[in-house]
Amino acid sequence: MLKLLNKYADKLTRHGLCDPDAPLVGGLNAGILWNRPDPLCTELEKIIAGLNINSLIFARPREPFFSILNYHCHQNEVEFTPQDTETRTFLHAIPIARSTSVAEILPLLQNRKGCVVEGQGIITWGTVSPEQAFVVFSSIIFSAFVKFLVDYASDHHAGKVSTEAQHLLPQILTAYETFLPAPGTPELASGPYATEDAILAAMIQAGKATVDARMVDSFFGNISCFADQTIYISQTGSSLDELQDCIDACPLDNSASTGITASSELVAHRDIYRGGENRVILHGHPKFSVIMSMLCFEENCARRGQCHIKCDKPRFIEDIPIIPGEVGTGPRGLSNTLPPAIQGRRAAIVYGHGVFSGGKSDFRTAFATLAAVEDLCRAKYMQLISQPAKTGLRP
Amino acid sequence: MDGWTGRILRIDLSTKTTEELRLPLEVYARNLGGKGLCGELLFEHFCQPWDAPQMPLVFMTGPLNNTSSPTSGRMTVMSRSPLTGAIADASVGGKLGTMLKRAGYDGLVVTGQSATWCGLNIDENGVRFSAAGHLAGLNISAIYAKLKNTSTRADAAYAMIGPAAEAGVRYAAIVFDGHYLAGRGGLGLSMAAKKLKFIAVSGQQKTAVSDPAELQLAREDIYRLVAASPVLTGELGIGNYGTGALYDLMRSRRMMPTNNFRQTWFAPGAQMNAHAYKEIYHPKKFGCAGCHIQCKKIGAGGEIMPEFETMSHFSALLGNQDLGAVVEANRLCNEAGMDTISAGVTLATYAELQDQPLSAVKFLALLEDIAAGRGEGAALGQGALALATAADTPELAMVTKGLEFPAYDPRGAYGMALAYATSTRGGCHLRAYPISHEILRKPVATERFSFSGKARIIKISEDLNAVVDSLTACKFLFFAASLEEYARALQAVTGLQTSAQQLLKLGERIYFRERLMNARNGFDAKDDDIPPRFFNEAGTGTEVLRVKPLDRGEFLAERAAYYRIRGLDDQGRPRAQKCAELELPC
Ligand SMILES: [Zn+2]
Repeated sequence: MLKLLNKYADKLTRHGLCDPDAPLVGGLNAGILWNRPDPLCTELEKIIAGLNINSLIFARPREPFFSILNYHCHQNEVEFTPQDTETRTFLHAIPIARSTSVAEILPLLQNRKGCVVEGQGIITWGTVSPEQAFVVFSSIIFSAFVKFLVDYASDHHAGKVSTEAQHLLPQILTAYETFLPAPGTPELASGPYATEDAILAAMIQAGKATVDARMVDSFFGNISCFADQTIYISQTGSSLDELQDCIDACPLDNSASTGITASSELVAHRDIYRGGENRVILHGHPKFSVIMSMLCFEENCARRGQCHIKCDKPRFIEDIPIIPGEVGTGPRGLSNTLPPAIQGRRAAIVYGHGVFSGGKSDFRTAFATLAAVEDLCRAKYMQLISQPAKTGLRP
Repeated sequence: MDGWTGRILRIDLSTKTTEELRLPLEVYARNLGGKGLCGELLFEHFCQPWDAPQMPLVFMTGPLNNTSSPTSGRMTVMSRSPLTGAIADASVGGKLGTMLKRAGYDGLVVTGQSATWCGLNIDENGVRFSAAGHLAGLNISAIYAKLKNTSTRADAAYAMIGPAAEAGVRYAAIVFDGHYLAGRGGLGLSMAAKKLKFIAVSGQQKTAVSDPAELQLAREDIYRLVAASPVLTGELGIGNYGTGALYDLMRSRRMMPTNNFRQTWFAPGAQMNAHAYKEIYHPKKFGCAGCHIQCKKIGAGGEIMPEFETMSHFSALLGNQDLGAVVEANRLCNEAGMDTISAGVTLATYAELQDQPLSAVKFLALLEDIAAGRGEGAALGQGALALATAADTPELAMVTKGLEFPAYDPRGAYGMALAYATSTRGGCHLRAYPISHEILRKPVATERFSFSGKARIIKISEDLNAVVDSLTACKFLFFAASLEEYARALQAVTGLQTSAQQLLKLGERIYFRERLMNARNGFDAKDDDIPPRFFNEAGTGTEVLRVKPLDRGEFLAERAAYYRIRGLDDQGRPRAQKCAELELPC
């Protein structure tokens, strides 16, 4: 149990989400165990007593995330509701507490997987593993960051940026620089990969590189490679930086359903492979790509508010298409929208969600493309907010 | 009252009389419906023998039935098990739950005993008793056809028992709408003891919903998660392949019970997977009222495709390589109205006792004998434990509390070992379903070859599934959605404020009450156990994937942790303090 608690405390630090001694991770079986002693444990244990859970994380995030969370706490009374896919699908809304008092926090956590405590940090919980608490923690940070910059650009466009946001922005952007790893491209195995072992090794390597480059929060994203009529794909809910034993081999003819645990995007990956020359696919949630996908200044659009499922306007950032589509195979699923959009292109961005990039023989191209799309989007964003107000995005 | 009708029908088959039971809103709010309300209504009667005329057989819907909430078409049947003497409840699909609400009732409490076979015809105007002697001896499909042909209501839903229940088979099922089985624990025999052959229900009433717009939003939240779930709606998921989609996975994880759990790997299984059925039978989808996943499969020739448990037990567990025989076994069990899991394990016990494998011809013949109660079939109809005990080797019965194990070997998922042991109905996978996280990675993956931390996880999952069965929703949905989304749906329907964690608290009370009911009938730690085989014999691993015997000490330590977390003493009996906390009589 302690090993598991330390693993996620360490992961919060390693992923740049918290300072080394910030995370408090608690696990419960017959009793409660913490990754380290802390005066706050007593209060947190009272919260735990009111919940039917087996793990809890409390931590103050690093900058720029901490300031962003506090900003949302100032701007909203009871909760804030980012519009990205992670929030829409899993978090629904992020509730706000003003103190760590049991009376205030318990009702919030009784209904949501986590909450923000103004000026203090984030509390999240899990019912089977601290991994759930970790995932929610990193999702809250991701969604809060995306919301701040999307709101900023929209307000900028409308000429109504608040003084607080205006004041905060430079600090946010500077701190974000320190969140990103030092520039440089990781050395990835070149393809085509001769054996199954080589495929698995290349996937493990590329997955970890994508997380290390901070282009996805571990738990999300997926990766695949197509060879010998078989799609090798990361499992659902696997961590891209821990893919050892988490890759399913799915025969193209579905002759075995072992891949029932494969990523929810298996169908999208399959149809991309069927329709073209790609042999690998890499999917991450790089933040500025997600932010830029959500910035559309179309006047009087009939589909406003439903962009994530109904946008029918061809949108591009340079050569990269932005498409609607929800996670998975539903009628509005990206399994329908993504394969045709990425056909003949190096990548596509799914609205509010993330980037899919392809490669014809190995992950070097796919990784480089993912990074290039994110760099491009970041540059576009900076350009956008430095333009005079009300000029809008001209893709 | 929104969501519930507020009316429960009490039916006394001895006197052929009925009365309406109106429970206060607090009782509904605390028990929700389904499993919860069944437990509430059975609690005081549970120390009678299973076949005492006054032992109730309870059918209960939930607040979400007959609303647009996803997978709300299910209901619960509960009584005392003829097979185990413990709680027997089954969450069952089809449309009878929906129809009961449309007829204006939340549920039925059936007591008494009819002098001759009878049926119940229920609609908005109440109950009509009818004679059912003409249905005795018929197979399920014949009964179903006759009921439909003679009904004046085309929309009617039906629950019925078949020949197995008449023959006294202790794992006889109640069959709903021809295909959906309240399968486990012998509820069909409970119904037979009352001489009740069928229940027909029809109605047109609408269920009042407090906030339809909010329900629509909750519904979208749930559908979004379902669409994102590979296990449910993925290319290889159960929407496309039925529950048989699990077959390859369990096989590849080396936890497919083979030859009565003597091995955990069945080499010929590669040719008996869901894909093989699809190639041969070209099945189409069907499913419960109010569900869009439609996990049931019917072949082009009308063959009902076996569920995962049936596919696995009638191949690997019996060492059978004839796929057609699996389909035939499934048909025979459905037609007789009996549980395929208990039937499969009992046959495998028989094979081990005989010390030779059963040919397909032989086990199909035995199934017919069981259903008819003739020859060796009469003894096999008493279940695996009775069979093995009669041969002085009770340890060869792969059961907990006398209920036969489904197709998950606990040596391949340690949480399952604890879940089998603690389940209030015995060897059942559905109470805690640790396969969800140990194998299917939902909500996240846990270490399958470890007991560490599993006690609390199992306890929370039991509470959760008690809520799911009370709502009455489908467990499969919870591979994708959580109580957070369902709390929203429930609140929208009933107008009563609730939350995910408040619901879990209700689940804890509902589950603990079952523990209490079992304890009053003498169940304790000696019954919370699994057969010695799992501690003494290794499974069938590979060089890199070892399937070791379970460590008895670790198992007992984790069970002790479970007892503490659940509020039980070291003998597994309810503690007075916990009873008081949950406001239950001790
Ligand atoms: Zn994604």
